[in-house]
Amino acid sequence: MSAAPPSLHAGLDAPEEADLYKCVHCGFCLQACPTYVETGLETESPRGRIALMKAVNEGRIEITPGVVRHWDLCIQCRACEVACPSGVPYGRLIEAAMSQAESRRGQGVAARLLSDLSFKRILPNQRRLTLFAGLLRAYQRSGAQRIVRGSRLLPRRLAELEASLPRVQPRFFRPGGIAAPARGETRARVSLLSGCVMPLVHGPEMSAVVRVLARNGCEVETPKAQVCCGAINSHVGDLETARRLARRNIDAFNTDRIDAIVTASAGCGTRMKEYGHLLRNDPDYAERAEAFGRMVKDVHEVLASLPLDPPRAELRRTVTYQDSCHLANTQGVRSQPRELLKSIPGVRFVELPNASMCCGGGGSYTITERDMSLRVLDSKTAAAAATGADVLATANPGCLMQLEYGVRRAGLSMEVLYVTDLLDEAYRAEDG
Amino acid sequence: MSANAELIADLEAVVGGAYVLHEPEDLIVYEYDGSVDRGLPAAVVLPASTEEVSGVVRAARRHGAPIVPRGAGTGLSGGAIAHQGGVVAALTRMTRILEVDVDNRFAVVEPGVVNLDLTHAVERHGLYYAPDPSSQKACTIGGNVAENSGGPHCLAYGVTTNHVLGLEVVTADGSVHWLGGRTRESPGYDLRGVVVGSEGTLAIVTKAAVRLLRRPEAVKTLLAVFRELDDASAAVSGVIAAGIVPAAIEMMDELCIRAAEQSVHAGYPTGAGAVLLVEVDGLREAVDEEVDEVERVCLRYRPMEIRTATDPEERERLWAGRKGVLGALGRLAPNYYLVDGTIPRTRLVEVLSRIREISAETGLPIANLLHAGDGNLHPSVLFDERNPDEARTALEIGGRILELCLEVGGVLSGEHGIGLEKQEYFSLMFDDDDMESMAQLKPAFDTGDAFNPGKIFPAGASCVDVFQSAAVARAGAGAWV
Repeated sequence: MSAAPPSLHAGLDAPEEADLYKCVHCGFCLQACPTYVETGLETESPRGRIALMKAVNEGRIEITPGVVRHWDLCIQCRACEVACPSGVPYGRLIEAAMSQAESRRGQGVAARLLSDLSFKRILPNQRRLTLFAGLLRAYQRSGAQRIVRGSRLLPRRLAELEASLPRVQPRFFRPGGIAAPARGETRARVSLLSGCVMPLVHGPEMSAVVRVLARNGCEVETPKAQVCCGAINSHVGDLETARRLARRNIDAFNTDRIDAIVTASAGCGTRMKEYGHLLRNDPDYAERAEAFGRMVKDVHEVLASLPLDPPRAELRRTVTYQDSCHLANTQGVRSQPRELLKSIPGVRFVELPNASMCCGGGGSYTITERDMSLRVLDSKTAAAAATGADVLATANPGCLMQLEYGVRRAGLSMEVLYVTDLLDEAYRAEDG
Repeated sequence: MSANAELIADLEAVVGGAYVLHEPEDLIVYEYDGSVDRGLPAAVVLPASTEEVSGVVRAARRHGAPIVPRGAGTGLSGGAIAHQGGVVAALTRMTRILEVDVDNRFAVVEPGVVNLDLTHAVERHGLYYAPDPSSQKACTIGGNVAENSGGPHCLAYGVTTNHVLGLEVVTADGSVHWLGGRTRESPGYDLRGVVVGSEGTLAIVTKAAVRLLRRPEAVKTLLAVFRELDDASAAVSGVIAAGIVPAAIEMMDELCIRAAEQSVHAGYPTGAGAVLLVEVDGLREAVDEEVDEVERVCLRYRPMEIRTATDPEERERLWAGRKGVLGALGRLAPNYYLVDGTIPRTRLVEVLSRIREISAETGLPIANLLHAGDGNLHPSVLFDERNPDEARTALEIGGRILELCLEVGGVLSGEHGIGLEKQEYFSLMFDDDDMESMAQLKPAFDTGDAFNPGKIFPAGASCVDVFQSAAVARAGAGAWV
């Protein structure tokens, strides 16, 4: 037997052979993949992306810009993992492949600088991020935005990007100490991840999360020293920054005196539940990271398991629900958000056909892969409109921002809300 | 401009640049399907209409390039593999359901429509498309037509050919024809029947008119777990002998059970050596009666457990283990070689025990998955392709199992086709005269042997002779064959 050519992957973050060769290329993943369904191209399918990782591993092809292009186009929704009968851990394969791609990315100096600035300098630093959000808020509220939009001077792509920016809320949500004592008997003590972008663009919604938890007997604290969970960095293959952030969060959360670390963002929840794998080669943190991951719970998971004390007031709304990929596919949280919605008196719940298919959100994907993101989004918005619901509920900030933009793009009157927003509204109505 | 660059430019003129793939990283992902073979095409083209398919065929023919039609690439006999290079024509952009005639119960679809999507599209009318290969969530109607695919429910309802009314096809000269029509009967030669199961060697299907069935009034699924494989096999023979024709009788052995358990947690009892799934459908009263009868038969063979289910969710749970088992074998070994053969169902016990002997002798595990009701075996040899000895042994085992099927009076394939995988065994079943008469059919559709060349018939000298004589007889000496 002649020696096989060496793998063209490198380093500890390379896709692991044991994971790669679990794929028997049966093709069962194809129809679960949003980019395959949109294009019909094997190159934009999970099976195709794994085939390229195998080809690199077998020394048959270099990690060329063409190869990276196909990996980049993956939204990382991980619906293929659910469809896969062989148990291929696609999430960590694509993460590893992206880390291989990071240093070989065929992008210009300007794009590189911009991405380094945003992903490595701003996002991991909450002070800088808050400053940036403040500037954006000023732009949106001072009238400058109106002038820019009215002038029609922005090139098409930039104008589209500008139009899709979330509207920054007047209030930021700031972590620090006990956010709310439990109402009534204390049923659980939880630490809330406030996150990076969410407290800035969805401050009031974060406050709603705290109120809903407290109303259900949870004492909610928000550790001040916490940082971004690292999901967005992982997504683009910058595992080094992701590990740095993970270590700081592990240090920031005191898990001894709480029942769970709660997150209201599915992407963050998935990242943190998988800190164990991320830090598996770090002798100081590997064990703690595993234990930390086991403490992490999504807010809908927590509320449903308490169980929820249903609101008494009625909300007369027809509500449909879009699964968040990182809630449904990776955390297996599907029924809980639906149960919570159905528990609100007066709510008529209608199922969204193919609700588990991604909306095209996916962290920075909406910016880096604009065209594909919008193709996937438009299919989703059309399906949501066809349900006749007046509220499209979801459970994750990335999905919410994406769906809001989709609804605006399609000119629909449908409201896009968090599941917890609706619960909060019902609870507040009951308080009169 | 190189010959290949000219071919690509001509294809791009037909479908546009975005839908002709030729970079190495693009070709690598079209070198495989669901089988064990591989072959790198020179180009991949994705036409979006009948006209474009016709243009693609003409362009490829001008360059003398073979044309390999491809659906979702879930096939198991290498039908979609470009082992001689050439152009892969992937039909995955042709996904429109063109017509649904509820009253006359048929649909006209493009070849890229996914099998299960068709059922989803018509279920609000109480209809469904019956052939249900295990890959039905991903595989396409076009691929099903090419391979004459079956599935668990083909025991009662028949395979793909029993559900295809008519086909629009593009032949190798680029011309477009309708074979058959939209009604059950069509006078003249049954050319529709010739193309169904022709594995992409005769024509490219661009539209299919397929039958839709009314959902049965009642469906009941029975799951029986046995400690011994032989008991389960005997129970199958017992059910058939009792004159019952269930919609499906599926069987899985201990290795499959283990894989399925890991994958979907079907809840089979520990120590289970075989699982039987029997589904009966029809009128409510008849269904209850037949399921009782099936249960009585199973009870004669010492079952560990029997469960029945009528509501769709419960039934789906019973089926979950079976539907996902094939891919789940990936949990037991990096590769599996899924063999597809059919035997008279009265010989099940004997053949399964001989397969066990082959496994013991070669040291490679073999997981048995069967459409037991019609004697269609799917032994899956587990191996690691990175170990060339294991890979070779796995293929040898496949051959021995097929010889065994033929020896007991069975056939080479139940539903996966011959393709590349079994072409060497074709001559075990057919003599030279048989093969020559089959080969003579091909030039009627494809004079230059452009469509999926080198498939089905053995690749050895004897086969080349078959093609040579047939093609030369038609086209005259000196023609390109």
